[in-house]
Amino acid sequence: MTLQVQLVAADRSVWSGEGSMVIARTVDGDIGVLPGHEPLLAELASGVVLVKTIDGDDVAAAVHGGFISVDADAVSLLAEVAELSHEIDVDRARKALDEASNGGASDDDDANRAAQIRAETRLRAAEARI
Amino acid sequence: MGAQLRVVRRRIRSVQATKKITKAMELIAASRIVKAQNRLTATRPYTIELSRALTAAASNSTSIDDHPLLSTQKQKVRAAMVVITADRGLAGAYSSNAIREAQALSNLLQEDEGYEVVPYVVGRKAEGWFRFRGRPVARAWTGISDQPSYEDATEIADAVLERFLQPTEEGGADQIHIVYTGFKNMVTQEVRVRRILPLEVVEEQEEAGTELAPLYDFEPSAEAVLDALLPRYVRTVIYTALLESAASEHAARRRAMKAATDNADDLIKSLTRQANQARQAEITQEISEIVGGADALSSVTAGSE
Repeated sequence: MTLQVQLVAADRSVWSGEGSMVIARTVDGDIGVLPGHEPLLAELASGVVLVKTIDGDDVAAAVHGGFISVDADAVSLLAEVAELSHEIDVDRARKALDEASNGGASDDDDANRAAQIRAETRLRAAEARI
Repeated sequence: MGAQLRVVRRRIRSVQATKKITKAMELIAASRIVKAQNRLTATRPYTIELSRALTAAASNSTSIDDHPLLSTQKQKVRAAMVVITADRGLAGAYSSNAIREAQALSNLLQEDEGYEVVPYVVGRKAEGWFRFRGRPVARAWTGISDQPSYEDATEIADAVLERFLQPTEEGGADQIHIVYTGFKNMVTQEVRVRRILPLEVVEEQEEAGTELAPLYDFEPSAEAVLDALLPRYVRTVIYTALLESAASEHAARRRAMKAATDNADDLIKSLTRQANQARQAEITQEISEIVGGADALSSVTAGSE
């Protein structure tokens, strides 16, 4: 049994294919989805989504806010912004992280914190580890 | 060369130059329609999945009627309206059609239902229209109508959501409407008016044979998921409206520029006829002058012999 996985961002379809396992970070914590999972609809937090494909490869993507829905071995990951690991500009993410952790460009602490999390997520996805 | 001929030829050259420009704009607009259409199709998987998730979350929430974004139990004081137009002209009646609809909507809201209307505008054309008439605009976004991005839509959606969630006494809006141009196909675009907030909950009739929605396990809870879904739904509605408007704008511009190119062709044709006529008249005159001169000369020499 395999999972039909599709990862869609607001403005494009990012990745779709068959996988044997999906690992994602919801607001309540990390979740692993294997074939035969019960129907689930959960809110995603900023984090790395990892799809283990049936060929044994790993597809990693940085996802900022969204949803995961699982129904009858079809997994849909909806994200407003999603980037596959090879699409991420590591230098830019590192720069953004430095900026955000050094107090950031804006005076808004929440915005800085969010920017920092986003940058960290992108770096982690680029290195494809969770 | 005769003066008339020179003037006509100069006009032909100037019309030809204009025609080159309109032709180029036509081709550019045509290629952009396709791009805009592709962007529109690219959003479809997200929109479909989001609607599905929304349906699931809404049908499993218990407090759906009290949700601030769904509740219609609001006062009737203020309504906001988002008007999407172009940044640049030369697109036929594209912007003026949208503005006319917006005007009709605001009259309806003001006179029939007693709302105070707060306009939010997208595109330089609408901004200029409101400014010229001295009507205050809550917020204007310009420079995005050609190629709207999801971030632009997010910005607009967040602005109107904030206004909507403000209490009426502090200037909040009780309804949000959007006026945009829907892209039906290459030749037909129509202005559409939709209410985006409060969202209309359509109770779907369960038809026999349709599969039942699965019993989802919600995390953290159906209400929390619904809370997170609704603002995103508003953003997609606005994003889709922006993209459809962009496609329509390019289609309108292509059609306007095609008409302009055709007109230039007609003008060149009739001017060429005029020029030819002037040239022939000139030649005829020259010949008759020569013949007349020769006649006069020969009669003089004949008389002297």
